[in-house]
Amino acid sequence: MSVFHRFANPNRFLKLTNTVLPWISGITVLSLLAGLYMAFFTSPPDYQQGETVRIMYIHVPSAWMAMFIYSSIAFASVCSLIWRHPLADLAAKASAPIGAGFTFLALATGSLWGKPMWGAWWVWDARLTSVLILFFLYLGHMALMNAFEEQERGNRAAAVLAIVGFVNIPIIKFSVDWWNTLHQPASVMRADGPSIDPSMLWPLLIMGLAFKFFYLVVVLIRIKSELIEAKLRKYRRAVVDNA
Amino acid sequence: MSAFLNIVSKDLRLALRQRSDLTMAVLFFILTAMLFPFGLGPEPNLLARIAPGIIWVTALLSVLLSLERIFLADYEDGSLEQLVLSRASLEIAILAKVLAHWLTTGLPLILAAPLIALLFNMDTEAMTILLFAMLLGTPSLSLIGAIAATLTLGARRGGVLIPLLVLPLYIPTLIFGVGAIDAAMNSLEAGAVIANARPHLLLLGAILLVSLLITPLAGAAALKQALE
Repeated sequence: MSVFHRFANPNRFLKLTNTVLPWISGITVLSLLAGLYMAFFTSPPDYQQGETVRIMYIHVPSAWMAMFIYSSIAFASVCSLIWRHPLADLAAKASAPIGAGFTFLALATGSLWGKPMWGAWWVWDARLTSVLILFFLYLGHMALMNAFEEQERGNRAAAVLAIVGFVNIPIIKFSVDWWNTLHQPASVMRADGPSIDPSMLWPLLIMGLAFKFFYLVVVLIRIKSELIEAKLRKYRRAVVDNA
Repeated sequence: MSAFLNIVSKDLRLALRQRSDLTMAVLFFILTAMLFPFGLGPEPNLLARIAPGIIWVTALLSVLLSLERIFLADYEDGSLEQLVLSRASLEIAILAKVLAHWLTTGLPLILAAPLIALLFNMDTEAMTILLFAMLLGTPSLSLIGAIAATLTLGARRGGVLIPLLVLPLYIPTLIFGVGAIDAAMNSLEAGAVIANARPHLLLLGAILLVSLLITPLAGAAALKQALE
């Protein structure tokens, strides 16, 4: 807990961010380049799906991030509500649009992948449907955060919502799975997962790493700019008060 | 316990004096359900087939209409503040408000549902299951909706926000609510109706129990922030 509270001080946090940021930006760029190169050139086309399988290298990491970022927001919300940690609210606020972006990317690439595979831009497949619901959870979270005159109240309300949503995600996931098996017994699911070939698994994992670091970079930059903005506001107020 | 009953009876009395609020949700329910035959054609088999989904979706939307009302009037006239300041438990107070909301919205919808089921040519067995499913499902709608109602107190465009917050969380209730009736309608033998619908009804009950747990906690946290 001591480390946790240590970085409640914004200046200390900024200092750490400034030293870490160049490194993780470098990792992001390198892993993204390596991952994209492997995805496009060294990995083989699928024997059934052909070249379209390459959509996976964007689609699957995006879907991972969609879930990961929502969990991070829920965790930050718990920290914000219990410890009133000043940076937790900022982290949740900074993460939400990124998470929504990744969720949208997962949906869009899923749709692009679905067209050649299933012959339709959209099928009510259990996974697609639950990601769509997750997208709306993100939108609700962001809308609630910005719905109040005082930012503080918006942050708190959104934190409660994020936790309620997080508790609900397994219930929604389960019910959508159930609904789907009832309505579409012959669902077009591919048997990927752990049986995937290493020549495809490595680019996928590297892309996953790149996406995770990308998130880290963007979220740190966004928190930093929020902190700088708060400082600016304080200075401006001081100037007005002195005048 | 007396605080609980006081709140319930106060809200019920208020609702009975403004009967337009009470009837609005039911009227909306019947009217929107009535639109579907015009949109889809009057064929009896088709209507019977889609009736469970239509009844649940329109019931969901009708509940949505009245959610803002649960706390807004009390928030605006200050009685919510008195409630928070009083020594009564906020969690119990929220449950009381939700019960009053269900009695004035969910219960009338359940009473109106057989009428729509009749208009849509549903058979009596499916109708019985529909009533059971709504009895288990509509309280969850009030409970989950109450969280959104507390979170949006004092928000700009609070009424527009509530659907966005609540509808994703309503999906499990909708799925199992419709699933129960579908299972009942698809069962061939007469005795299997209850057995087929049972898992769906049990899951609706589980959702109800979970929301009974979450709503007081989340609602109390949200109310305290709203009145800070």
